[in-house]
Amino acid sequence: MSRPRVALFVTCLVDAMRPRIGFAALATLEAAGCEVVVPEAQTCCGQPALNSGDRATAEDLARRTIAMLEPFEAVVIPSGSCAGTIRSHYPEILEHDPEWLARAQAVSAKTYEIMAYLDEVRGWRPDDVTLPATKAAYHDSCSGLRELGIKAQPRRLLKAVEGLDLVPLKGEETCCGFGGTFCVKYPAISNAIVEEKAAAIEESGADLLLAGDLGCLMNMAGKLHRRGTPVRAFHTIELLAGMGDGAAIGEPA
Amino acid sequence: MSGFTDRADAALADRILKIAVERTAGTAEAKRAIAVDAFPDFDRARDRAAAIKDHVIAHLGYYLEQFEANAVAAGARVHWARTADEACRIVIDLCKAAGARSVARSKSMLGEEIGLPHALAEAGITRVETDLAEHIIQLADERPSHIIWPAMHKTREQVSALFKARHRTPHEEETIAAMAESARRELRTQMLGADVGISGANFLIADTGAICTVTNEGNAELSLVPPRMQIVTAGIEKIVPSMAHATHMLRMLARSATGAALTQYTTFYTGPRRPGDRDGPEEMHIVLVDNGRTTMREEGLAEMLRCIRCGACMNHCVVFRQIGGHAYGGTYPGPMGAVLTPVLDGLAKSRDLPNACTLNGKCQEVCPVRIPLPTLLRGWREKSWREGLEPKTMRAGLGVWAWFARRPALYRMASGMALRSMRVLGRGWISKLPLADGWTAHRDMPAPEAQSFMAQYKKGRRR
Repeated sequence: MSRPRVALFVTCLVDAMRPRIGFAALATLEAAGCEVVVPEAQTCCGQPALNSGDRATAEDLARRTIAMLEPFEAVVIPSGSCAGTIRSHYPEILEHDPEWLARAQAVSAKTYEIMAYLDEVRGWRPDDVTLPATKAAYHDSCSGLRELGIKAQPRRLLKAVEGLDLVPLKGEETCCGFGGTFCVKYPAISNAIVEEKAAAIEESGADLLLAGDLGCLMNMAGKLHRRGTPVRAFHTIELLAGMGDGAAIGEPA
Repeated sequence: MSGFTDRADAALADRILKIAVERTAGTAEAKRAIAVDAFPDFDRARDRAAAIKDHVIAHLGYYLEQFEANAVAAGARVHWARTADEACRIVIDLCKAAGARSVARSKSMLGEEIGLPHALAEAGITRVETDLAEHIIQLADERPSHIIWPAMHKTREQVSALFKARHRTPHEEETIAAMAESARRELRTQMLGADVGISGANFLIADTGAICTVTNEGNAELSLVPPRMQIVTAGIEKIVPSMAHATHMLRMLARSATGAALTQYTTFYTGPRRPGDRDGPEEMHIVLVDNGRTTMREEGLAEMLRCIRCGACMNHCVVFRQIGGHAYGGTYPGPMGAVLTPVLDGLAKSRDLPNACTLNGKCQEVCPVRIPLPTLLRGWREKSWREGLEPKTMRAGLGVWAWFARRPALYRMASGMALRSMRVLGRGWISKLPLADGWTAHRDMPAPEAQSFMAQYKKGRRR
């Protein structure tokens, strides 16, 4: 089988707040037969600028990111929201510039959220991962779900983890209230939304909370901790990489 | 100062409001899901609905002229209003010409949009709201909080108390039926005595000149048949080419709004009473209102003109579900309101609305005419940024971040410093974070690892 040369874009949030998600992505991609390169010039995909209305900055960061990612066979990102920005929004924001539109479309076509890449492109399964009997709730993060159709892929992959039981979560497709800068611009509304999310997670009886975006996870885990709920939160890729026995989000390493 | 956050805070503190909104929106959400599941190929039907509207919006002049010619041929008079004030003036002049002292009004969001209740009051004309929820709103002297359920923010218990205080012969029994009967007694006498009836329109049918209204209480009929003069006010985007198109849109409208296959009453009116008709108004006037719609088409908001006012976007919106409709401060709440209010009130007054959205995309997912609401909201944010309406602290913060994000080496240095200072605050959970108190006021923040991914990767860590 060929070994595709894959760029891993770790996302600025993973880079700063939870590097182990990046290492989990690296390990699973290698296990799935990829040659993984982490381009050094990566910073942020520009989503905060795009969603704040700062179009000029968003365009500039899009061009830089596209140029950086062009040499690779595929681009893989452990985040539905950053992958969605590159896949769906780069071609939109560069529409007025024919040369860059073509380059954006080319990069867009080979950019994948990591669950979709592992499941659909590589047909990979986490063969040796086992857990003591654990009940997990899975939250469908909005951008991945609605911009990229990430729904079945993480569930198919998680099904292969021995000992893991996915329990139903009421409102699993409902936004957690993070929304990037929304949570700092409108903290009271964001809080009301995540309160409901946390209550639903508690009600599910899960020991573990899983999702594919660190922003949403920090929001939900931070609220659960404030409420004193002992649910441990991981990015799905950490669990699939066999790192579910390590420190959960917010636990001292 | 828009006051949005103040209104939102007040709404968040109102526990009864939360219960009321959740009851209605939650039921609507569940019923819509069942109706959509039972609909054969709902997605294709949505494509068709969007295509019908796009076609009409692209050829608006043609269809409006066709509608006018057919409505006139049927005996109606058609008036054109460029602005809200013009529309109100036309309606008031018509009422005065008819010597009207009272009007029976059937709920219409356009009427709210142009400020018709206020204009009628100023002209000294008594207004009877014939829609049950609008009647509640009128008694409470409030504004609608939802486009389908104007009194959504009130619980049954609150309505009961209001009726008891304000109806001439209030209900005694605490049942919905008794309350409805009380409203019926109160309203019918006033409705039957009204000189003029004013309604909106759900669809204007170009090839016949017909008006289509949908209600669940039959109040559009009751407010338009007994009076001598009928006035219909409608936005110019309400036009559809033919009855076949109208019926397709009706199927989308009712299911998206309430999950019902159809509303209780769907009525098509064409012209005033004809010789030999047993009832109907002697005069029929149709006021076609632009009020910013033409400019929307020119300013990249053409897709918003597809909106058929079903309310699905707000019923499914996490933000609306927490704060209710009044917090939005405009005629139209929720995601569709966040797109429309800046058109109607100006962006400077309403920049909060397109911002107070998580861009989760649920509204677009449920929209029966596939309006790309998140994209349109982003468009307003861009305009607000360009025009310098965004708060200075936000601009400055984003500016610093953007400066570093363009310079990878400096970005790593700066983020490394930021992370080190953050780690000083603790290992594990941080419960108080300077400069991010909006976050830590409500939730804890996980402390970052010792070094960034890139720093560890460069040192050779691979797993």
